[in-house]
Amino acid sequence: MPADSGEPIIVLDQVTKSFGGFQALKGVSLNVVRGHKVVVCGPSGSGKSTMIRCINRLEEHNGGRIVVDGIELTASIKNIDAVRREVGMVFQQFNLFPHLTAVENLMLAPRLVRKISKKEARALAMQYLERVHIPEQADKYPAQLSGGQQQRVAIARSLCMKPQIMLFDEPTSALDPEMIKEVLDVMGELAQEGMTMIVVTHEMGFARSVADLVVFMDKGEIVEQAPPAEFFARPRSDRTRAFLGQILKH
Amino acid sequence: MSFELALVWESLPKIVEGMGLTIELLVLSLVVGTALAVGLVLMRISGIAVLEWTAFVYTYIFRGTPMLVQLFIIYHGLAQFEAIRDSFLWVFLREPFWCAILAFSLNVAAYTAEILRGGIQGVDRGLHEAGRALGLKTHQRFLYITAPIAIRLSLPAYGNEIISLLKGTALVSLITMYDITGVARTIVAKTFAPYEIFVSAAIVYLCLTWLIQRGIGLAERRFGRYVRR
Repeated sequence: MPADSGEPIIVLDQVTKSFGGFQALKGVSLNVVRGHKVVVCGPSGSGKSTMIRCINRLEEHNGGRIVVDGIELTASIKNIDAVRREVGMVFQQFNLFPHLTAVENLMLAPRLVRKISKKEARALAMQYLERVHIPEQADKYPAQLSGGQQQRVAIARSLCMKPQIMLFDEPTSALDPEMIKEVLDVMGELAQEGMTMIVVTHEMGFARSVADLVVFMDKGEIVEQAPPAEFFARPRSDRTRAFLGQILKH
Repeated sequence: MSFELALVWESLPKIVEGMGLTIELLVLSLVVGTALAVGLVLMRISGIAVLEWTAFVYTYIFRGTPMLVQLFIIYHGLAQFEAIRDSFLWVFLREPFWCAILAFSLNVAAYTAEILRGGIQGVDRGLHEAGRALGLKTHQRFLYITAPIAIRLSLPAYGNEIISLLKGTALVSLITMYDITGVARTIVAKTFAPYEIFVSAAIVYLCLTWLIQRGIGLAERRFGRYVRR
């Protein structure tokens, strides 16, 4: 699939963001086509997480425009709520609610935000737990699950809100190596079903096999973006080459 | 001087009579004080400067002065004001019982608000972000995520607060009331045996403390059932 076809569902236009004196994003522009999978990589502190956290307004950008599915992110609470209904997010640290069981973690937002009944919410939750292959863990608390299982519950929790877009913020970085695959597999299945995804990760194997577009960021800027074949075979920038050299030699 | 064990035993039933008042003071002050504490902590975290500052000053005053001094101010001090004696409040404030409830509740509120604030601050920031990303509103995040976790984190310190208050209720014996300590003092006045009598009062307090510890232990298990053991 060519990277420049189709309508963009996410538009970032010259987005800037500072934390105090530190400029985390220095005018980032990116278009994400509906149904595409974008992998974002780069050294730590390069602004990858900040960029995706701006897309669902966990961080407020200082300049430029962010438009998600036709809705511009402004201070308007209505717009923020509307965007958050479209966008699911998965965190490095899972961030499951520790006092709720797996299935209750999935049920909370559908009940409170979409106001569906407890019974419907439970049925919906079980359906998504099955999709991430752990229906049998439904009544366990997060602390009783492995890291990989917790992250899959977290993915299912986001999916329960039926988002059009999923953001993944280093979803496998906190996992033991043997659990990374089970999470990447679930993400791969999701990709095949046509979900629009932005994934911040260093899993270059995932980027190669799943991504439509690989974005390399450094020091608050997008240095390079290209389809994976091109990105890995012919990186144009020295910074990209240096980064790839570091993470691929292992 | 000898220690008469029999006297400890004989005085126990009378002292237990005073226990009723001690428990009433404890429970009523806890309920009122904890309700006030919830209000105070909401003020503390409201992000509205006037409310935050008011709650801070309140807490500073009540934590920063002895409870006995507060009790004396309310019981002996307020009666001096004609406006208070003429108001409907006098129905309550002329009774040492309600003066004690007022003093203790205000105290419990100050300490418990701080305990709850600590609990709320202990809730992982990431959970808020997850809640926001899922579209939960501020009050929903507070009710369904922050509060249950903060309560669990606050329980051990809250247990301490209850036990402190139990011992604090002994102050009412200084404003004409017959709680455990008050009853013990009257028996001492008759028997001239302070050692035995106060030991039996101490035993009654220890029993109550044990019950409180058990209760808090059960509550901790109930609220902490999700923590890996």
